Amino acid sequence: MFVRKWWTDWLVALAFLRDGRGQTVLITVGVAVGVAVIVFVTALIEGLQANVIERTLGTQAHIRLLQPDEVNRVAPVTDGTIHLVHEDQRAQRLRSIQNWQELLVALDQRADLTVVSPLVSGPALAQRGAAVKSVALVGIDWPRYRQLLPLDDYIVAGQVRIGADDVLIGSQLAHELGVQVGAKIRLDTGQTNARVVTIAGIFELGVRELDARYVYMDMKQAQPLLQLIGGVTVIDIRVTDIFQAEQIAQRLHRLTGLKAESWIATNGQLMNALSAQSLSTNMIKIFVGASVAFGIASVLSVSVVQRTREIGILRATGASRAQILRIFLLQGALFGLLGALVGVAVSYALVWVFNSFGPGLFYIPIAPQLIVSALALAMVTGIGAAAWPARRAANLDPVEAIRYV
Amino acid sequence: MSKMAREILRLEGICKSYHVGQPNQTDVLHNISFSLDSTDFAALVGPSGSGKSTLLNVMGLLDQPTAGELYLLGQATSTMMEEQRTQLRGREIGFVFQFHHLIQAFNALDNVLMPLMLNHGKPTQEDVEYAHYLLRQVGLEKLANRRPNELSGGQQQRVAVARALVSKPALLLADEPTGNLDSKSAATVFELFRKMQVEHQCAVLLVTHDERLSSACDRTITLFDGRLQQA
Ligand SMILES: Nc1ncnc2c1ncn2[C@@H]1O[C@H](COP(=O)(O)OP(=O)(O)OP(=O)(O)O)[C@@H](O)[C@H]1O
Ligand SMILES: [Mg+2]
Repeated sequence: MFVRKWWTDWLVALAFLRDGRGQTVLITVGVAVGVAVIVFVTALIEGLQANVIERTLGTQAHIRLLQPDEVNRVAPVTDGTIHLVHEDQRAQRLRSIQNWQELLVALDQRADLTVVSPLVSGPALAQRGAAVKSVALVGIDWPRYRQLLPLDDYIVAGQVRIGADDVLIGSQLAHELGVQVGAKIRLDTGQTNARVVTIAGIFELGVRELDARYVYMDMKQAQPLLQLIGGVTVIDIRVTDIFQAEQIAQRLHRLTGLKAESWIATNGQLMNALSAQSLSTNMIKIFVGASVAFGIASVLSVSVVQRTREIGILRATGASRAQILRIFLLQGALFGLLGALVGVAVSYALVWVFNSFGPGLFYIPIAPQLIVSALALAMVTGIGAAAWPARRAANLDPVEAIRYV
Repeated sequence: MSKMAREILRLEGICKSYHVGQPNQTDVLHNISFSLDSTDFAALVGPSGSGKSTLLNVMGLLDQPTAGELYLLGQATSTMMEEQRTQLRGREIGFVFQFHHLIQAFNALDNVLMPLMLNHGKPTQEDVEYAHYLLRQVGLEKLANRRPNELSGGQQQRVAVARALVSKPALLLADEPTGNLDSKSAATVFELFRKMQVEHQCAVLLVTHDERLSSACDRTITLFDGRLQQA
């Protein structure tokens, strides 16, 4: 019943659009330009941010869980007592995260985390002949760690093989120690133990600091070297939504009592830059969206005035207020949709041009969701913009409207 | 074989004023009471400005009277919701306006179908055939696909007549339907109204200045300064 009546609303709305062809074309172009700007800017900024984030965070944990710092416990005193404390900050020794095995099981259950990788790490000296370099021993659980950092992709010599006496070192360190795959080096942690290990592979991450200092080995080998049998010092975590990292970190902190450092907290500058960029693109979107809405509203307002008499006739021949309202809301929606279709096509072309002939710094993907949401948003904007003129049309007094010349 | 007359419309003490309570208040209609039956074929006459169009608008539920009650098919209309009045208007009342009024965006056929489409949605094959039939009756079968701006004033008026008849209304109100027509077309339209009245038992009320036309009607209602004049 209702749907059958709507058929007529469509018919009339489309006929009005066809009848006012000049207006329709103009406003469609206006909406298209707005939508193209919004889609292109959004895709550009998303591409840019994804690129920056990938470069910065691609091989990093989003959240690191650490044992909290050790602090002095000062005994509480009764009220009214003056209490003078001279406190020496405690030295932070290497300690294992307690109950990390159970924690791992719990973290694996969470849907908001993609990678959970425990590791044990501590300082050591790497020695070959007379060369001594200070290094960071990183004992990893390879199947988990490779999801965080697929070292396979960065191997320049040898292969990823850890366990037994095999270790991986960075290219810079290999150069400084003058070693190649198969060579042996001595690792001394300053604790009681020292060990001679074999270099199974040499990696190059492209970050000088890491390539000069990291020595990857199996967790089980690293633990005794660092005097942390069965322990881990860090749990590296990656999350699904990187912008939620700080919130998730705080939740994990409350849950586990561990220190939880998110990339947002440790890369404050980057985060600020990204949010400033998002803010300014949002401003652009809002202003462009508003001008599109005003354009549609003004075209429809003019159309309501022009069609006053016809609206009166429609009312007199049985159209209800609701039908008149729908007819004009539909026109708004159609302006939005038509404009958005053209606009999306134009922005596709722009992005294609940028990707093919642009500076080539990064690639802009257009997400299908972006297109769907642009179309939906344009339609909603069109309906919203049509609301005022449509109400005016619906509230016209049919007698007055018919008299109108 | 005479058919039973049923009451289509009854007006009781209808008054209509514009700008009520303001210094420029205009009282257009004064205490108008009469009724129309399904067998009525009446003329509404009166000098210009006497309130004929105003009365027609009130009878057609386009306008609300300031006072009085109007019964359409036995239902009191003053307490109806706007939606209900609209529905009644669309189903039961056919209107031909003083100045032919068509919708420019549609061709003649779609204009004729408009009341049906507004009320029931997509027209059926039957509806379309009936619209063609009516266009044939008013002599426009060849111009069904023309837009209003491609038709003469008289042709547009005839399309409006077909539109008023398409929903087989119980009440047909026509404000100078033949004003723009040559005498031959005027006679055709008049005959068509007659035929509709007989076939569908609808009450017909025509506003006309044409003496010959009004004398051809069964009944004459005369308005003078917004008051009924008893014949
Ligand atoms: N909206 C309005 N405001 C004030 N006065 C109005 C309004 N509409 C109509 N009138 C007045 O009501 C009176 C009757 O008008 P109406 O149009 O009904 O006359 P009519 O009998 O149809 O005349 P005609 O034969 O010329 O068509 C006129 O004096 C007119 O000025
Ligand atoms: Mg008049």
